Amino acid sequence: MTSYSLILRTAARFLLPLLLMFSIFLLLRGHDLPGGGFIAGLVASCAFVVYLFAFDVAPVRRMLRLDPRSMVGVGLLLAALSGVPAVFFGEAFFTGLWLELELPRIGEIKLSTPLVFDIGVYLVVLGSVMAIVMALAEGEE
Amino acid sequence: MTLLVGLPVVLPLVLGALSLAIWRFPVAQRVVALVGTAVLLLLGIALLWAVIEHGPMATALGEWRAPFGIVLVADLLSAIMVLMAGIMGFVVALYSLGTVSRGHESFGYFPLLHLLLAGVCGSFLTGDIFNLYVWFEVMLLSSFALLVLGGERAQMEGAIKYVTINLFSSAMLLTAVGLTYGLVGTLNMADIAVKFDGAEDGGRVTVIAMLFMVAFGIKAAAFPLFFWLPASYHTPPVAVSALFAALLTKVGVYAMFRMFTLVFDADTAYTHNILLWIAGFTMVTGVLGAAAQFEFRRILSFHIVSQIGYMLMGLALFTPLALAGGLYAIFHNIIVKTNLFLVSGVAYRLQGTYQLKQLGGLYRSHPGLGVLFLLSALSMAGIPPLSGFFAKFILVRAGLEIEAWVIVAVALAVGIGTLFSMIKIWAEVFWKARPEEATTGAPVMDVASPGLHWLYVPIVLLAGLTVLIGVAGQPIFEVSMQAAEQLLDNSAYIEAVLGSEEGS
Amino acid sequence: MEPVLALVVGGLYAAAIYMILRRSIVKLVIGLLLLSNAANLLIFTVSGLTREAPPLISAGLDAPLAPTADPLPQALILTAIVISFGVLAFAVVLINRAWHVVQAEDMDQMTGTDT
Repeated sequence: MTSYSLILRTAARFLLPLLLMFSIFLLLRGHDLPGGGFIAGLVASCAFVVYLFAFDVAPVRRMLRLDPRSMVGVGLLLAALSGVPAVFFGEAFFTGLWLELELPRIGEIKLSTPLVFDIGVYLVVLGSVMAIVMALAEGEE
Repeated sequence: MTLLVGLPVVLPLVLGALSLAIWRFPVAQRVVALVGTAVLLLLGIALLWAVIEHGPMATALGEWRAPFGIVLVADLLSAIMVLMAGIMGFVVALYSLGTVSRGHESFGYFPLLHLLLAGVCGSFLTGDIFNLYVWFEVMLLSSFALLVLGGERAQMEGAIKYVTINLFSSAMLLTAVGLTYGLVGTLNMADIAVKFDGAEDGGRVTVIAMLFMVAFGIKAAAFPLFFWLPASYHTPPVAVSALFAALLTKVGVYAMFRMFTLVFDADTAYTHNILLWIAGFTMVTGVLGAAAQFEFRRILSFHIVSQIGYMLMGLALFTPLALAGGLYAIFHNIIVKTNLFLVSGVAYRLQGTYQLKQLGGLYRSHPGLGVLFLLSALSMAGIPPLSGFFAKFILVRAGLEIEAWVIVAVALAVGIGTLFSMIKIWAEVFWKARPEEATTGAPVMDVASPGLHWLYVPIVLLAGLTVLIGVAGQPIFEVSMQAAEQLLDNSAYIEAVLGSEEGS
Repeated sequence: MEPVLALVVGGLYAAAIYMILRRSIVKLVIGLLLLSNAANLLIFTVSGLTREAPPLISAGLDAPLAPTADPLPQALILTAIVISFGVLAFAVVLINRAWHVVQAEDMDQMTGTDT
């Protein structure tokens, strides 16, 4: 199912890093503003899917390095574990915990367990979409 | 203390994620599965103990208080069901070591097993109906994937029916949830119960009740919505069949018990009367369907349907004793039905087929297996002093008390039908000599394979449990009775959920 | 606005059930897709339509000044969309595999497990 369209191939090369950067942007701004792990994961998987349409499955698999199924596992693990630390502070599961850091030059950074959860969601979405798309693409051959 | 309520949900999720992350190491996955399900079992025991000591417990996820946030609630029924899920998870994980092939493992058998358990435990513990829908979907998605493990033709055909009808019922459930929210503006079950009690518009509540009944009825494989079950349950690897038989339909039954005691307890003359009809027809069609079958696992699948009828009968009669009988039937059935599926797996390993006509002579070669089968089979048919007898006895007694003669007669007749099916399996598989043409074909199993002994361990465990809850039925009956009273008098449940603001 | 949406929801349910009853498995999946959309739109409609009042609190305040739209149904619908997305993706993979194995997309030829 490799596409021989020069336009698609050239565009896919440029779109991949752009879309990935955009997805990370969406992921990080997601807590207070529109965005978040789910939509960012979808954007990231769009990036890889466009690349897959242009160059076939094997290069994408090489590029991902991690098997998409393992990615789902790691993401799920992150998401599930992000609810656990609250317990050690005597709160119920999934209570949000915040850590505010003052970094020189960069300014204030807020780290939180919801962010960890969102990163987990990001990986789950990316992994599962890629697993399904790759299964379909390989089934075609 | 409230930590215990959350752990049975979080633990399988973490285990599932962990075994997905260690995708490439099957041995590590097995260890995680065994240890993890054992811990789940212990958690179940601890939770039940805590609930017996302290009464219903609730915890609000993320400190978002009820009725606004999602709560997890454990009353006696939930706690016992979680314990059951723990037992079944452990037993099936043990059995899987000997039956699940490397190929299935590499397609993610163990992660799916954990996620299924997470969905099941989540459904048992959640106190929020939309959250219940979410857990149902977690469970269903894992079961879809488990069902097609291996990808044979029969599995594909079975899976398409299973997926379609279950998605349809999920859409029904979602519709019912949406209508409920439109009517009372809350999703917390306890809060809904309070608000429905004060609702003057009883007609619309009944419509919603019927939508829930259809949705959960499909999941529970109740008449007339059961056709997907016998069309699909005999197709996957046997460990998967056993797990499905143990837990999936029971989650539907649990949801019915929960909704139709906690929330829809106003118009019982209408809803529970319909439930009674459903219960009767479910028993009869299940047992008649089984009588016509000659495939080991299909017979058992039809009997799942007929046993669901007994559980619903307990709910429909709606007296404390009947509810206790229904609960007892659930516990008994989970154990016994799973065990029968496990035995069918061993028979398949020994002779390479599930067709009764081609099986035979197993009593001569493996008398121990025959005894184990007979224990479970007679228990299901309701022969004293095994557990099935007490389940039926309580139900019949409850039926006689309120003079529901017809359903009692049906229940007794279906018991005879069940005995007939079980004797049929016994005679064909164990008693008769193995047919000539079948012995010439090479058996699928290799007796020398080390897994075979391991298959007996879970079967013996479950058979022991059957005998135990039969012989020592009194404490279990008392717990069922307490659980039934908690269901009928839902004030403790509501207080645990809505009153937790002052408590925590 | 509600009557129009109610008609749309009813039409979607009807179309979904019609499609599910077809013999082709591709149309079956389309039917399931329509069904989940119908359910989502139903949640949206029955929980009340409030126009031009997003549930946002202005900076510096603790509560919104005027009544706003209910944010919960939207959260429910989003969750339901995510779930149905996952399930339908699975269904598509399933019918693809089933087509390869059975070599037919007609439900009437998939009766091997019925008897």
